[in-house]
Amino acid sequence: MSSILRFEFYFFALLAIGSALCFVTRKNPVPAALWLVNVMFALSGLYVMLDAPFVAAIQVLVYAGAIMVVFVFVVMLLNLGRASDLADVRSVASRLGAGAIGIGLAASVMVVLRDKIPDVDFAAASDNVVTAIASSLFTDYLIAFEVTSLVLLVAVVGAVVLAKRRVGA
Amino acid sequence: MINDAIIVSAILFAIGVVGVLTRRNAIILFMCVELMLNAVNLSFIAFAKLHGVTGHVFVIMVMAIAAAEAALGLAIVIAVFRHIGSVNLADLKLLRH
Repeated sequence: MSSILRFEFYFFALLAIGSALCFVTRKNPVPAALWLVNVMFALSGLYVMLDAPFVAAIQVLVYAGAIMVVFVFVVMLLNLGRASDLADVRSVASRLGAGAIGIGLAASVMVVLRDKIPDVDFAAASDNVVTAIASSLFTDYLIAFEVTSLVLLVAVVGAVVLAKRRVGA
Repeated sequence: MINDAIIVSAILFAIGVVGVLTRRNAIILFMCVELMLNAVNLSFIAFAKLHGVTGHVFVIMVMAIAAAEAALGLAIVIAVFRHIGSVNLADLKLLRH
């Protein structure tokens, strides 16, 4: 594959990792949410590099556009910002333990990857990937697709019931 | 390049785990879970380069479930905030004693 594509891949990869690091170190939820949106955009760039343009578009629409807006909206609704809500980081010992667990998780995957996965040609991007996704989604995975719609319906009803203010309570 | 994508995915997942383990703010906790789901999506897309388009279908399913989870989780956060006036998980000690 060409060097410009390789450069863009590493650019988006570093952008995603750097934004994720900034995201977990923010104390205030609103900057954290904005850094997470940055991670979503960088991941969408990575999806394009990996020949998944449809999923990249869905990533921007659903994750960056809908889910993160819900998060920011809830932060705004709850009107956080007092010191007790912001000082939420645990003690130094548990932070060190969490860091060790995180490094162990990432290292274990890299150990598994010692045997290189064979690279496929990235130049030959199939231009009918949407057709392939649709034919797979609506034939092989039709039942899962229908059940997903049921899950979304239950989630909407449950969210309304949970967040509803009780009359007279 | 698939190797690199898997490594990026592992690092993002580890950052999400560290966030879940170190933070007490319920909203940031949910955002860390979203980051972990995104890391898994990245490895699905990377392996879809090898094994065909099924990985893309799985990513779409994961996104739908993530949307449902975010809606329900944030509704629970709002309900908890109405009861105890905080989203700090250290204040949720009703069942501790």
